[in-house]
Amino acid sequence: MGLEQKLGDMGIVTTSLEKAVNWARSNAIWPMLFGLACCAIEMMSTQASRYDLSRFGMELMRASPRQSDLMIVAGRVSRKMAPVLRNLYDQMPDPKWVIAMGDCASCGGVFNNYAIVQGVDEIVPVDVYVAGCPPRPETLIDGIMKLQEKIKHEPLKKWQ
Amino acid sequence: MAIAEPPIRIEDAPLNAVRVDDVQLDITLEQLKKLVSPRALTGETMLLNMGPQHPSTHGVLRLLLELDGETIVSCIPDIGYLHTGIEKTAEGKTYLKVIPLTDRTDYLAPMSNNLAFCGAVEKLVGIEVPIRAQYLRVILMELTRMNSHLVWLGTHALDIGAMSVFLYCMREREMILDIYEAVSGARMMSSYIRPGGLWRDVPAHFPQLVQRVLDVFPGRILEYEKLLKENPLWKERTVGIGKISAEDAIAWGMTGPCLRGSGVNYDVRKAQPYSSYDHFDFSVPLGSNGDVYDRYKCRMEEFNQSLKIIRQAMKRLPPGPVMTDDRKVAPPPKHEIAYSMESLIHHFKLWTEGFRAPEGEVYFAVESGKGEYGVLLSGDGSPKPRRVHFRAPSFHNLQPLSEISKGALLADIVAIIGSIDIVLGDVDR
Ligand code: SF4
Repeated sequence: MGLEQKLGDMGIVTTSLEKAVNWARSNAIWPMLFGLACCAIEMMSTQASRYDLSRFGMELMRASPRQSDLMIVAGRVSRKMAPVLRNLYDQMPDPKWVIAMGDCASCGGVFNNYAIVQGVDEIVPVDVYVAGCPPRPETLIDGIMKLQEKIKHEPLKKWQ
Repeated sequence: MAIAEPPIRIEDAPLNAVRVDDVQLDITLEQLKKLVSPRALTGETMLLNMGPQHPSTHGVLRLLLELDGETIVSCIPDIGYLHTGIEKTAEGKTYLKVIPLTDRTDYLAPMSNNLAFCGAVEKLVGIEVPIRAQYLRVILMELTRMNSHLVWLGTHALDIGAMSVFLYCMREREMILDIYEAVSGARMMSSYIRPGGLWRDVPAHFPQLVQRVLDVFPGRILEYEKLLKENPLWKERTVGIGKISAEDAIAWGMTGPCLRGSGVNYDVRKAQPYSSYDHFDFSVPLGSNGDVYDRYKCRMEEFNQSLKIIRQAMKRLPPGPVMTDDRKVAPPPKHEIAYSMESLIHHFKLWTEGFRAPEGEVYFAVESGKGEYGVLLSGDGSPKPRRVHFRAPSFHNLQPLSEISKGALLADIVAIIGSIDIVLGDVDR
């Protein structure tokens, strides 16, 4: 840097490609509209009037995995649902991230039984775990901001 | 290392176990073919998969649709994508620990589920609930009904294309969640109703919070009605769609606003009053055509009736305890533990082992926002239930879907699913 000072206020900013791309990626995340259980209701609240997720640049929930890059696994994943979930994940274009929302998605939560996958990380790689049953909207927003931080620091060589 | 187990004879198997030789395991191709019409096999009609990840199926419902152009020839729902094993898990927990599981069946109406389960336990054990607790339960039940209806209205309208209604409904829902949070500490999974009463008394600012709902809501309901009731687009999408006759609705076991939309006057609150619902004056709105629009009108009127009940209950809310003083099921107050040996023992026993319910089987139903939410509870004298079964209204309301959607247009299926108001947590459990 230092070029700005020479150029005065000509509206030019220099930065590295890595920073610029990560900045753009982290501020325009398109989550997939994908609700599973109770946590999905809190995810809806997060998008709705009081909490208004669009303040963070991600109000565009996409119902199609092809147009989204963040999967918020909101709720418990049953054994019957697990292959579907993996299928959806595989359909998302790179780069993609996963947030495990709620205790069920993180570790099985209160349902330690035959029906529920004990943590969605058994089937897809998870970037951020959000605790709570269900997590409050603030908690989910915090989780998303943690993910944004993470994206901002992704090194160039890890880009796919 | 394998643990040798004594062989169990089939006669000794617990009653609720399914005998494997009773179940027909293989399905023939002929049976599968009957699911769709013969035209599908020749390629004349089209098979379309909808869900389980579809924004309008309200969760993870999967529908296999057979389409002739835009018209639905047959519709095969596939459920179980959210099967959580709640009923089985409940068998391994003490009565008190089952309550958090009930929250998570129909997660839009946690308090109704709590009440249904606690009511069943109270019936089995024979517990009297103090009158203040009963009134508070009524208030919370009605708030829960409004909560459930708000999410229904918001998502139903969103599915049909009215986005703003969703945002308004979620805004109002926050007021109700604030009350949940004030009484129980959690926004959604309250677990507030306990066998014998309530977990604790309501906080001092509870009346103000409820008053806010009572003041604000009537105007908001008018606002929704202004947006939808006479809206030609809304009527075009809902009037005459998804019709079901009163006889069919009864035969399929529909309850709640879906049944009343067809003109059948059945409401558990009136038919088998519980929690002193008979002390209050309210009416049960009925439809006549049994279509999507009538179900919508019934639910909208239920908002007003709920407000009416809350108003009466708040006015007549008696003072007194909110938990039964039967120390065998209710924990003693903290200050008693300090000086009474008995209380300490009760407290210890309750939290380590739980209370024992006698042998027997009871059914207890409440009118939740979606219909008759019943709990069949069977006790065997131990602190854990032998069997818990939830009669989930969503499951029964979903059953006639393949019947009512026959001949409808593809776009109507979204309106029909919205109007029967299912929650997949309730269907699959
Ligand atoms: S974490 Fe809790 S709220 Fe979320 S899906 Fe699981 S049970 Fe429901």
